[in-house]
Amino acid sequence: MPTVGDDHIVKSYDAQLKTLRDILARMGGLAEAQLDMALAALEARDSETAMKVKAGDAAVDACEQQVNEQTLRLLALRAPLADDLRQVVAALKVAGNLERVADHAASAARRTVILNDNPAMAPTRSLVRMGRKVQVMLHEVLGAYLAYDADTALAVHGRDQEIDEMHASLFREILTYMMEDARTITAASQLMFVAKTFERIGDHATNIAEMTYFLVTARPLDRHRPRRDVFDGGV
Amino acid sequence: MTMLDAPTLAENLATDAKILARGVTVHYGAKQALNGIDLDIAGNRVTALIGPSGCGKSTFLRCLNRMNDTVAGARVGGMVTLDGEPLYGPGALDPVLLRMRVGMVFQKPNPFPKSIYDNVAFGPRIHGLFARKADLDEAVERALERAGLWHEVKDRLHDRATGLSGGQQQRLCIARAIAVDPEVILMDEPCSALDPIATARVEELIDELRDNFAIVIVTHSMQQAARVSQQTAFFHLGNLVEVGPTERIFTAPEHQLTQGYITGRFG
Ligand SMILES: Nc1ncnc2c1ncn2[C@@H]1O[C@H](COP(=O)(O)OP(=O)(O)OP(=O)(O)O)[C@@H](O)[C@H]1O
Ligand SMILES: [Mg+2]
Repeated sequence: MPTVGDDHIVKSYDAQLKTLRDILARMGGLAEAQLDMALAALEARDSETAMKVKAGDAAVDACEQQVNEQTLRLLALRAPLADDLRQVVAALKVAGNLERVADHAASAARRTVILNDNPAMAPTRSLVRMGRKVQVMLHEVLGAYLAYDADTALAVHGRDQEIDEMHASLFREILTYMMEDARTITAASQLMFVAKTFERIGDHATNIAEMTYFLVTARPLDRHRPRRDVFDGGV
Repeated sequence: MTMLDAPTLAENLATDAKILARGVTVHYGAKQALNGIDLDIAGNRVTALIGPSGCGKSTFLRCLNRMNDTVAGARVGGMVTLDGEPLYGPGALDPVLLRMRVGMVFQKPNPFPKSIYDNVAFGPRIHGLFARKADLDEAVERALERAGLWHEVKDRLHDRATGLSGGQQQRLCIARAIAVDPEVILMDEPCSALDPIATARVEELIDELRDNFAIVIVTHSMQQAARVSQQTAFFHLGNLVEVGPTERIFTAPEHQLTQGYITGRFG
């Protein structure tokens, strides 16, 4: 609906809504940067960068706290309706998802530190590729969210299945290594956990796509996502 | 006056609407205030009429009990029915009986300069509803009870009504309206002169009355419309722009004008 985001008669209302969006924009940028750093650390076997990701998580949490406060303020003082109400509810949910994204990035970074104490594993390359794909998804969905772009949100939503498929095949690849050489089990299981965090970040990007779609169109996006269990295929 | 023809009327009888308005127009002299309103008022529900000042909410409300008859220069066209019986045109309900069935509460509490008792007894008396004093007493008590006022006034029924607080006066007017056991209650901004507590009391009352009456309320408070109504109709420049379940109107309005108005972008 084209009036989404248009100005109100009361300017301070617009100012409060803008503050909320500004926090979300900053939080999205931070979460993206966290994921980017986690991927760089994984790819370069760089424990120092991985430690920075761990340290950076607090800033994202602080943003979420700010979103919670600003949301509460808007609900209490402005009693928003229609697209304003969807705006505020979406902000709260998007912030929750971004907080999880950053947590997953931090968790991937922690596992990178363990991986770096072990010999390098070939599937790391596929894992980084998957992570980059998720990163692009996250970037696009945040752009769509901030630009009220339902079409892009819908497109991102459709890509979650690709991520799930990549995760499933990566899982099988890593499992093959474990079965061939038991000494790789420690590192390989860390890789599996990292793959799982990327897959979860893809889910959060998909949630943000759903919230964006709802925010703009006022219609829920069909939640039916084909669920592919990684244990399918008789492993 | 344009009257819709018989088949339309018959067809509409099939709906379960308490009041049915079709193609309702109102002119004040040369000025057209309503441009053909189609709206169903369901029984046992609260319908809120919202919209910018001057859009025709009060004008429409007054069509539902022929209060526009009392406005000089006002002309009403189209069709309005109460339980399928026409309010205007040939075979129309008698306006006095109509106003007994369709009661009204105004923006400013307007008790008569009489006692509390006489205010509530007014309607039943002019309609000669009760022959025995005891029955009238009981009806007055019941109306005050239902309006949530009985306990505050039971020891001063013969004091002047104008000595009550604004919120009490408004509930007295509601008691006066329901004393004749109407089927529909029309309220034109009934809380605009009330504090939040008195407002909450009236809203609670509206919620309770809904079990027995159809209620139409005009309000400028979006929050009030959201709190008390099940159906919301948005008027703009004499047109009905959008009507639907209140929850949908306030979360996902279909029309841009509705969205712009309820979110405070114009109006
Ligand atoms: N008695 C009257 N004579 C002439 N014009 C009138 C009369 N009553 C209302 N109008 C006009 O009809 C239009 C609709 O008025 P109405 O009172 O129904 O609006 P409203 O939606 O109830 O507004 P508000 O929210 O300010 O009460 C307005 O343009 C008004 O000026
Ligand atoms: Mg009015």
